[in-house]
Amino acid sequence: MIRKLAMTAATGLALTATGAFADVVIADVAELSGAGAAAGAVWHDGVKMAVEEINAAGGILGEQIDLREYDSQTDPQNSRAMVQKAIDDDAYVLLGTVYSSSTVVNMLVAQQNGVPQLTGSESPTITAKGNPYIFRTAFGAQKGLPKLGTYLKDDLGAQKIAVIWANTEFGKGGHDAFMAVAEDLGLEIVADVPTEQAQVDFAADVAKLASAGADAVFSYMTEEESARFLIEAEKQGLGLPIVGDTVIASQKVIDLAGEAANGVASHVGLTAEAPVPAIQEMAAKFQEKFGYGADHNAIKGYIGAYTVKYVTEQIGEFDREKFAETMHGLCLDAASHPGVLMDVCWDETGEMSRASFLVEVVDGAQTITKTLPAN
Amino acid sequence: MSEFIQLLLSGLSSGSIYALAAVGFTLLWQASQTINFAQGEFVMIPAFFVLALSVKLGFPVWLAMPLAIILSVLILGALFKRLIVEPMHKHGTIPLVIATIALGILLKEMVKEFYSPLGQPFPSLFPQDVFSIGGAAISIPDIANFTIAMGTIVALQLFLSRTRTGRSMQATAQNPDVAEILGVDIKRMVMYTFLINGALAAIASILITPVYLAKFSNGEVLGLVAFIAAIVGGFNQIRGALVGGLLLGVVDNFSAAYFSSEYRQALPMILLIVIILVRPQGLLGTSEGRTV
Repeated sequence: MIRKLAMTAATGLALTATGAFADVVIADVAELSGAGAAAGAVWHDGVKMAVEEINAAGGILGEQIDLREYDSQTDPQNSRAMVQKAIDDDAYVLLGTVYSSSTVVNMLVAQQNGVPQLTGSESPTITAKGNPYIFRTAFGAQKGLPKLGTYLKDDLGAQKIAVIWANTEFGKGGHDAFMAVAEDLGLEIVADVPTEQAQVDFAADVAKLASAGADAVFSYMTEEESARFLIEAEKQGLGLPIVGDTVIASQKVIDLAGEAANGVASHVGLTAEAPVPAIQEMAAKFQEKFGYGADHNAIKGYIGAYTVKYVTEQIGEFDREKFAETMHGLCLDAASHPGVLMDVCWDETGEMSRASFLVEVVDGAQTITKTLPAN
Repeated sequence: MSEFIQLLLSGLSSGSIYALAAVGFTLLWQASQTINFAQGEFVMIPAFFVLALSVKLGFPVWLAMPLAIILSVLILGALFKRLIVEPMHKHGTIPLVIATIALGILLKEMVKEFYSPLGQPFPSLFPQDVFSIGGAAISIPDIANFTIAMGTIVALQLFLSRTRTGRSMQATAQNPDVAEILGVDIKRMVMYTFLINGALAAIASILITPVYLAKFSNGEVLGLVAFIAAIVGGFNQIRGALVGGLLLGVVDNFSAAYFSSEYRQALPMILLIVIILVRPQGLLGTSEGRTV
């Protein structure tokens, strides 16, 4: 009798266990609240939409994705704890975080546990640390800024540049990369203004830029700060060309800053306005599903989730080690992997290459002015 | 020089809005010894009233704004007094302070949960035109914010000093026992103070949110700045709160431009410490003796 009971219990436990592992857990650790929510929440919606599509189409290797969300609260230490929690929950792959200041901290936990991580962060330092488990969903600032520097010098004819940047891991990475580009191109930096994360008052910063005698302003901040800066710049009649990389011309910034965003020029790795049918189709579905426009973070999250699917199907099993090995040096073409939206490659550091765009904000919308090849 | 003028004027503009919130601090303190640590959230919330009324319910903005002020007077004034201050007041100042801290957290989380954790665009009342004075670019919103904020405070001061109700409120603040003997309905006067605070918070919110964007966390900055402004100026004087607010707005701008952007938030704290050491009653405050 006791043996019978034990057998029944063991069978039950085995079935339960099988049930528990029937789905593959993918963890999305993102800035769902706090100063970075404008980026993280949109990224998360992009991930969610892709996962729903993948599950509706049969999942990955026949397994449904169990998407778990973890809120970093835009706090690096909390993001580290959330990554650990996701790993404890047996996450196969981690998606996120978006803020570089969080990613540089939490990616060490993923590395120690051998869990691949696809991040939305763009700070150059992310892929410079020799972490074999970190992969980007958008290339780092060091790849985009040379294109922007050339635009400043050749297209705008600017020689004196005023720089305003976020004093965070993300901002410092972009700032340092731009300074190197400016030096290479012989551009003179006439003002160098650091700002704080979640800063709300930009009056003094704009006044400093205005009095610097610059030909143009280079801005490198996150979404809400960029919008506040643009509003203040309009309020003070700054009257200088404002250029940036990706964020400053993103849909979120345009929505927040309204007319103040008009005239901003930016290099963008991903944009819903890109002349790429797959991106436009994805953006239209996103708009319909969530009621707001997709920006680069939504597209990054979407591509990240699909990358997990394609890489796993390529290796034919849920093996974290093989996943990371396969990603290094991998190229996915959009024709046979439509979820990545554009042809993309990753190098040995996890850095990615992809075509990109120069855009200008006209009447509250991004207008593509040039398509640039991958570098 | 043009940069100096520009920093001064934009500092006065934001400082005048800080002053509105700081005056609210001093009013509540004088009328009921309430230190409202949810004051920052009181300035954050009315912007979401405007957004809820205009974006969610479809009211035009010109109507949503006065309605938001009325809602603020009722909810952040009357309801706050009835539900939080009256039950807690009899237990002393510290439990009330803790209750307002809890209220601030609750309001913040409610906005995050029921509206959004993301910053929201907020309509400006004024055109974004700019004109030049001595080479400094002066914006219409800066001038308008300063004028409205200062006008509100001056009107409040006139109301308190020139009307019977205002003088009764002052009498209640100075000595409630004597005021009651003289026939002043002190409960009503204290209620008026809370209603006025609700209105001041709403006006500050409508003026500052077009630049700050509407966000659940705005109260953290505004509450701290208003509290420091009230202490620096003098916690028991409206004109002290006014001077404190203006001073902080200007100091913040000058410190960011001429000292260090990184340490701009530290300078108001240094100013606070210096004032507490040198003149504990604040720049324009008066010493208060209390029996312990």
